[in-house]
Amino acid sequence: MTDTPPRLSLRGITKRFPGVLANDDVSFSVRPGEIHALLGENGAGKSTLVKMIYGIMQPDAGEIFWNGERVVIQNPRAARKLGIGMVFQHFSLFEALTVLENIALGMDAKIPQRELEGRIRKVMQQYGLTLDPRRVVADLSVGERQRIEIVRALLLDPTLLIMDEPTSVLTPQEVDQLFVVLRQLASEGCSILYISHKLHEIKALCETATILRAGRLVDTCDPRVETSRSMAEKMIGGNLKDIQKPAGRSFGREKLVVTELSVPAAGHFGVPLQNISFRVHAGEIFGVAGVAGNGQTALLLALSGETTTPDAQAIRIDNAGIGRLDAKARRLKGLASVPEERNGHAAVPDFTLSDNSVLTGRDRLKLAISGIIRPGAARKYTGEVISTFSVKATGTEATAGSLSGGNLQKYIMGREILQRPEVLVVSQPTWGVDAGAAAAIHQALVDLAAAGSAIVIISQDLDELLQLCDTLAVINGGRLSRAMKVSEADINEIGLLMGGIHGEGGQAAAPAVPAGLGAEATSAA
Amino acid sequence: MRLKFEKRAEPSRFMLYATPVGAVLLTMLVGAIIFTAIGYNGFGAVYQVFIAPLALSYKWGDIAVKASPLILIGVGLAVGNRAAIWNIGAEGQYIVGALAGTGIGILTKDMHGPWILPLMLVAGMVGGAAWGAVPALLRNRFNVNEVLSSLMLTYVAVHLMNQLVTGPWKDPMGFSFPQTALITADQMLPILVPGTYVHLGIVITLIIAVALWFLMSRSLMGFQVRVVGSAPSAARHGGFSQKQTVWLVFLLSGALAGLAGIFEVTGPFQQMSLGFPQNYGFTAIIVAFLGRLNPLGVILAGIVLAITYVGGDLAQSVLQLPNASKGIFQALMLFFLLASDILIRYRVRLVGAPAPAAVPARSPAE
Repeated sequence: MTDTPPRLSLRGITKRFPGVLANDDVSFSVRPGEIHALLGENGAGKSTLVKMIYGIMQPDAGEIFWNGERVVIQNPRAARKLGIGMVFQHFSLFEALTVLENIALGMDAKIPQRELEGRIRKVMQQYGLTLDPRRVVADLSVGERQRIEIVRALLLDPTLLIMDEPTSVLTPQEVDQLFVVLRQLASEGCSILYISHKLHEIKALCETATILRAGRLVDTCDPRVETSRSMAEKMIGGNLKDIQKPAGRSFGREKLVVTELSVPAAGHFGVPLQNISFRVHAGEIFGVAGVAGNGQTALLLALSGETTTPDAQAIRIDNAGIGRLDAKARRLKGLASVPEERNGHAAVPDFTLSDNSVLTGRDRLKLAISGIIRPGAARKYTGEVISTFSVKATGTEATAGSLSGGNLQKYIMGREILQRPEVLVVSQPTWGVDAGAAAAIHQALVDLAAAGSAIVIISQDLDELLQLCDTLAVINGGRLSRAMKVSEADINEIGLLMGGIHGEGGQAAAPAVPAGLGAEATSAA
Repeated sequence: MRLKFEKRAEPSRFMLYATPVGAVLLTMLVGAIIFTAIGYNGFGAVYQVFIAPLALSYKWGDIAVKASPLILIGVGLAVGNRAAIWNIGAEGQYIVGALAGTGIGILTKDMHGPWILPLMLVAGMVGGAAWGAVPALLRNRFNVNEVLSSLMLTYVAVHLMNQLVTGPWKDPMGFSFPQTALITADQMLPILVPGTYVHLGIVITLIIAVALWFLMSRSLMGFQVRVVGSAPSAARHGGFSQKQTVWLVFLLSGALAGLAGIFEVTGPFQQMSLGFPQNYGFTAIIVAFLGRLNPLGVILAGIVLAITYVGGDLAQSVLQLPNASKGIFQALMLFFLLASDILIRYRVRLVGAPAPAAVPARSPAE
């Protein structure tokens, strides 16, 4: 470290937004060829920090050094010129265009198509990435789409690659392939700044981890010698509670039975559901794993009653067919649901939390009687949700839109769970929620099941499912695999099922289970 | 230094109520400048349009009479707009409501009894609701944009009215004027203040406005309308039907517009003629927005717009301002109101000034 200056060095970076200090005097360095993790809960300031490194925002105070020289990065183009590449969590790709066209559109310099295709093929060969540049993006899996973004970044010969939550949409096999590429890049001297909240991945990949909490740098550690738990506790600045899962749980009778449920695709890019069948008993937590965009949204809507099926018997609660009932009628039968999208779907951003309680609780909780809302009762219930689930809000009359994502999710989960539903269907219960809040939500779900409810969790986070569920099935292309007991499930098989028909993962020489995936899953968020 | 819009953590309630007042004041200021620039007495025009009707107590009755249909149609539109369902055809529903009630009036012109007037009022509501039902049906069945269908139906309604008052419904004793016969004594709304046109319909309008305010703020029906307008997916999640809401909105706003129409026939007009449509159905759109889509606010906004109607006539006779001038004032008002709406969700800040130590922990960092 003494002879070569660090690739990137931040000194005293501070960024303030109205009402919040997003980054407070953050300083750290990334060495050439180092894979450096940036860790922190939601809202800790990770995204803000990398946006300043990539030139999307400017720091209010502090300095950035690039290979030992002070630089001001005015915009992303300037960042790319320095050799900084970034792969965003959300891809910016045009579905109707080919891989090649998408990459050409994102290039700063205009390169003839033929030459560009040659360079793309060369980069892909160099890093063992398989992808046909002439395929249309709409036909590609999420993992393949991410590969486009990586290729796009690599074409610029970056010496620092920033990856923002790259694995949240990948199958275990795809994660493994990504790590091979990242290690090769690092061995060639490219530094990698890796943002994630999956601690076992960071342990497997990174040499250094910088941990942020509430905008401040709280620790720099070597993840290889830390445990997932110790890093999680540094992130939240407290002790992480273990999920209390009662041992030797027994299930009651069948609560929710889905038989041959088929739903036509909604819109052009929708996924049709085909012959979905599964059963969930009282006290059981049933997980639906799968890569995003394989019919999870359609499944949640079909179960919640937002789309109905002509066959009433396709969905039964306690043997009563509810397929034709709408969401309100299903709630009265005891089925509550939480869709993935919080703002605008699970909750109305412009409404107060009290009014949002009326949205789904009006019948079961008698928050409205003969068509007239009881604001007092709604406030009381909302207050209960806020205190039971430690929702940070200015009160029951705060608008849903004013809450942070994690707090809104806690409120929504609490709103449904405290109604004591017979059956609860949730999608992405802890998406974008910090470790502490995620643990609280997980515990609430386990407790609800222990009280005799049947729970369906649809999640892309396989760790979460392995940790919580008793039974698991994989959704791919709108079809659901057979259900398997989590205690007997084979992580490799789950990964292959997740890859499904897209799966080059399937042909790849079955990679080893990512280190610690099973073992670590129970201790970390 | 430059101005920058900055998102507020919570929508400002102060701005919600301050911007309509600001819009009216800006309208007066800019209106004065415009009319001065084109060679009129600008400040005199503003005085005649906005102040004189209030200063002259004998004009108050006129204001109430003009405000009543604006408020009645406006509260109906306010409900619809809350649901983000756009009924632009209130004028047509107003006309068809008036026609339906007048039809009953013609059928009962030789009869007597206290039942005649209520029957005409009900017919007016049914007529307006039926005209509103057409865009609702088209939207729910065929996904036809309700803005276009309701607007176009207004012109159909105007032609229907012209056809009737120049043809089969023409007053046989009316020297061939294109108008219906005057209504009978049994068909007239009672006059509440002798010597004015202040009629019972005005009181009914206020009662309906207050009732709708209660329904919108406290009932599930109002809740449904607000959810559908604010977040359609959340409405579906909560088990509220979008289609049902479309029906509700169009039948309600159509019925109220129709009631306003028949109030005009049984109140100030006493007959239908080619000059019956007064654009109340369109002006009520301004009233609904100026009243912040809140029925109580609509009462105030209806009075403000009624003042411009009365004041526009005054300005015409006192200052020889063209008749179109009140349209300019009304349009300015809507323009400034919509433009200043941004202040509810955003604050204006001088960039360079120190950041305010505002609002508790809400992190835009992620």
